[in-house]
Amino acid sequence: MSNWKPVCPLEDIPQLGSRIVRPATGGDIAIFRNAADEVFALHDKCPHKGGPLSQGIVHGKRVTCPLHGWNIGLDDGQAVAPDVGGCRKFAVRVDNGMVMLAV
Amino acid sequence: MSKPRLVLIGNGMAGVRTVEELLKIKPDHYDITIFGAEPHPNYNRILLSPVLAGEMTVQEIVLNELDWYKENNIRLHTGRQIARIDRVKRKVIADDGSEEAYDRLLIATGSTPFILPVPGNDLPGVIGYRDIKDTDEMIEAARLHKHAVVIGGGLLGLEAANGLKLRGMDVTVVHLGPWLLERQLDEVAGRMLQKSLEDKGLKFLLETQTEALIQGESGRVAAVRLKGGMQIPADLVVMAAGIRPNYALAEASGIYCNRGIVVNDTMQTYDPKVAVGECVSHRGIAYGLVAPLFEQAKVAANHLAGYGIGRYTGSVTSTKLKVTGIDLFSAGDYMGGRDTEEIILNDPHGGVYKKLVIKDNKLVGGVMYGDTADGPWYFQLLKDGRDIHDIRDSLIFGQSLVGDVGHAGNSKAAAMADSAEVCGCNGVSKGAIVQAIKARGLFTLDEVKKHTKAASSCGSCAGLVEQILASTIGGAYTPAASDKKPLCACTDHSHDQVRKVIREQRLTSIPQAMSFLEWKTPNGCDKCRPALNYYLISTWPHEARDDPQSRFINERAHANIQKDGTYSVVPRMWGGLTTPNELRAIADAAEKYKVPTVKVTGGQRIDLLGVRKEDLPAMWADLNAAGMVSGHAYGKSIRTVKTCVGAEHCRFGTQKSMTMGVKLEKMLFDMYSPHKVKLAVSGCPRNCAEAGIKDVGVIGVDSGYELYIGGNGGIKTEVAQFLCKVKTDEEVMEYSGAFLQLYREEGWYLERTCHYLERVGLDYVKSKILEDEEGRKAYYFRLLDSLKDARDPWATSREPQAIKQFIPIAVAVDA
Ligand SMILES: Cc1cc2nc3c(=O)[nH]c(=O)nc-3n(C[C@H](O)[C@H](O)[C@H](O)COP(=O)(O)OP(=O)(O)OC[C@H]3O[C@@H](n4cnc5c(N)ncnc54)[C@H](O)[C@@H]3O)c2cc1C
Ligand code: HEM
Ligand code: SF4
Ligand code: FES
Repeated sequence: MSNWKPVCPLEDIPQLGSRIVRPATGGDIAIFRNAADEVFALHDKCPHKGGPLSQGIVHGKRVTCPLHGWNIGLDDGQAVAPDVGGCRKFAVRVDNGMVMLAV
Repeated sequence: MSKPRLVLIGNGMAGVRTVEELLKIKPDHYDITIFGAEPHPNYNRILLSPVLAGEMTVQEIVLNELDWYKENNIRLHTGRQIARIDRVKRKVIADDGSEEAYDRLLIATGSTPFILPVPGNDLPGVIGYRDIKDTDEMIEAARLHKHAVVIGGGLLGLEAANGLKLRGMDVTVVHLGPWLLERQLDEVAGRMLQKSLEDKGLKFLLETQTEALIQGESGRVAAVRLKGGMQIPADLVVMAAGIRPNYALAEASGIYCNRGIVVNDTMQTYDPKVAVGECVSHRGIAYGLVAPLFEQAKVAANHLAGYGIGRYTGSVTSTKLKVTGIDLFSAGDYMGGRDTEEIILNDPHGGVYKKLVIKDNKLVGGVMYGDTADGPWYFQLLKDGRDIHDIRDSLIFGQSLVGDVGHAGNSKAAAMADSAEVCGCNGVSKGAIVQAIKARGLFTLDEVKKHTKAASSCGSCAGLVEQILASTIGGAYTPAASDKKPLCACTDHSHDQVRKVIREQRLTSIPQAMSFLEWKTPNGCDKCRPALNYYLISTWPHEARDDPQSRFINERAHANIQKDGTYSVVPRMWGGLTTPNELRAIADAAEKYKVPTVKVTGGQRIDLLGVRKEDLPAMWADLNAAGMVSGHAYGKSIRTVKTCVGAEHCRFGTQKSMTMGVKLEKMLFDMYSPHKVKLAVSGCPRNCAEAGIKDVGVIGVDSGYELYIGGNGGIKTEVAQFLCKVKTDEEVMEYSGAFLQLYREEGWYLERTCHYLERVGLDYVKSKILEDEEGRKAYYFRLLDSLKDARDPWATSREPQAIKQFIPIAVAVDA
């Protein structure tokens, strides 16, 4: 059973940007906001060599990892071909302007 | 409403490429049907040569699997030849009587081998070399028979001969011309090629005409009779004496043809249908290589999609023989004539020959044998039409007298073993690249980068990868003229075009620029957004708003991201000078924030490595309090001004290099640029500050300073070029400032000064900076003006909204 937790108001995340959420149990989660105000949440660890995806450039529904430039799909956590690999994704939604994360 | 119907005749490389381009820009627009005479899906015809040579299988060269047709809802009829086009009723009729109606018709019927009109040319065992069937027949013949004769010593003939030889046949090439490949090579290179092929066991009869083919007892061809009466045994005869555009079908339907289907610059025939490929004649030329055909395909697709903006204006082609172990490259007008000059390097023992043909100070053609490392570079110069006046004296020696690093000094692709590392950044071997090109049907450097990662990081091996590409797929690779290369896949506009439009239309934001320039993606990608952001803020300094989300993380966090996600902090030390007070503050910060590594950089300052992102604001608050500001060690910006001790202390010094360096660094503080910028000032020609490898190098002499520009100590060591000599400190600032502003206004994003200089030429920079005093002052003024509100990035980064990015959000988790 997932458990929805309030994270922050949507406007605390810049458009085409991200924030890091640090659960008490560890393992940073990156929350992204795209130009259409959709939000996405991924484990903040690139499938390539563990780069912090939260620090990448967001475009469309993708983020480019800052370390070696892999592109990762925001809605599925999967690397864009020809690279292969994926990272864990989390359920996230916006409720009355508040970003809610299922952890 | 039903969709308009598009019919394609010819399931080959040009036709299917057109359909692919069309689907890319306007999917689902047409109801598409394809007729192909061959019983196969579209395959990479170019790679028939490695199939013949036994290096690949037919399966491996298929470009579009049957599933591709299915996925795109294309009806494919293989093994069905179109016999007639009925233009009045707008339908095509196949040889089995079936019909298909069309609204638009695409004719891409390719060409057919030219069969010499000699007696016996229809005997069993006499074939052309065009498709899978021909290739299979050759392989079969090699299994059963001994003697092969190839008629024609062109690219196709030599590749056929090489393949048959490798399959164990005894091969003779009969060639009418005075030397091999006379349409690609001059005599010297032709002879060198012949020698190396003879070393592989091939035999040649030059200036020899074929008179008849003689039938043997089995009914199969048995010999070739040459003019003069000599007869040579032949169980297989391959006609490779040229190709003929395949336009009979179109001509019979009344479409105007003249040695090819005549098309205009939009690839349309006289009947406004469309035709592409080897079957067409554009401005009187029928091309026989895929690169120009792919350019045609793009234009044709654009018109089929109804956009109507593309024009095809012809191509310059280059060729490469695909025989393993032979390095050969030619392009453009390689023979030259009365109004051209030649530069030749000839080393028969070393097996190297290079000839460059020059007309009006521009490269118009060239031939290379043995060492083709610089082929792509020359080809680019040729396409760009760059004035070579200023590099003429070293042109023949190639782009890099000083070698690139990262691939063990290799510069000859063909000589490298498959296991040799080509890309030192990503560890990609030559074998892996060749494998990817063949297996995935790659045709351009960008495709190779994407699929193998080779040349995708530092790029120093791009030339090698281009060579490998060229030798794997023949002359197929044509670079776009560099000033026309699109900025990235999100747009068709080049860097220059984008800059121009931003200036002329006074565009000041990324969304505005993207909508005006019709960007193809909603918000770009990691390549174009940083470039656009830079172009906007450099063109409209106090007007365009900087967009942090379009900057690489380093420029957002004002620190350099490390491999483990921590950051490095480099406080600025003006001109490499520091004080006990600053050192104490650095030491305190290092202890307080538990910095694991403290290092002195090559830019004469101190690097604190391994800082957590959330510590950056507080750490910088401490450093700011001690009077220190960001060193921008992370940015596409001014980095450092390195100085030697100079006349202040040194017994050799002629000028005060430290003072000069500090002045320059203060002037340039907070300057963003297309790429990083480093300066150095030495107090005398002993040059302890290594000014010769900096973007701007200043060397003190007794009577003033010498200025050097465009140096680089990176992947490719590039020695800075002498710009001028000046007398005073003020002049040093004005001249170097003006040059840097010129670069800031004209450089392409991620282009270092050395590459900018290579592109525009030193003469151009001199004309702007030295010969035009008013212009120089204007550049200098614009530099100072755009830096007038320069400030430490941390001045605003601790504001409430900006600081959020540094603070992780804690979330409780239920057990
Ligand atoms: C062995 C070999 C090596 C080559 N090497 C190189 C190289 O290294 N570099 C390079 O750039 N180029 C090379 N080429 C040339 C390159 O393959 C051609 O330029 C390219 O394939 C031409 O594309 P196209 O679509 O015009 O013709 P094709 O690819 O020939 O396609 C035409 C298709 O139309 C079909 N067709 C014809 N008439 C009809 C009809 N009436 N009805 C239905 N179908 C029909 C044909 O069967 C054929 O399948 C090579 C060619 C060969 C044969
Ligand atoms: C393209 C190749 C290069 C890349 C990608 C590169 C990258 C970098 C990076 C990331 C840093 C910052 C390190 C940090 O503090 O975290 C840096 C600093 C530095 N690099 Fe390079 N570098 C390259 C080539 C060179 C070369 C060839 C030289 C010297 C000739 C050089 C000299 C320096 C110096 C002096 C610094 C310290 C800068 C400062 O103090 O601000 N770099 N480089
Ligand atoms: S460059 Fe000349 S002035 Fe500067 S330290 Fe070296 S010797 Fe002294
Ligand atoms: S760690 Fe993300 S691309 Fe390498």
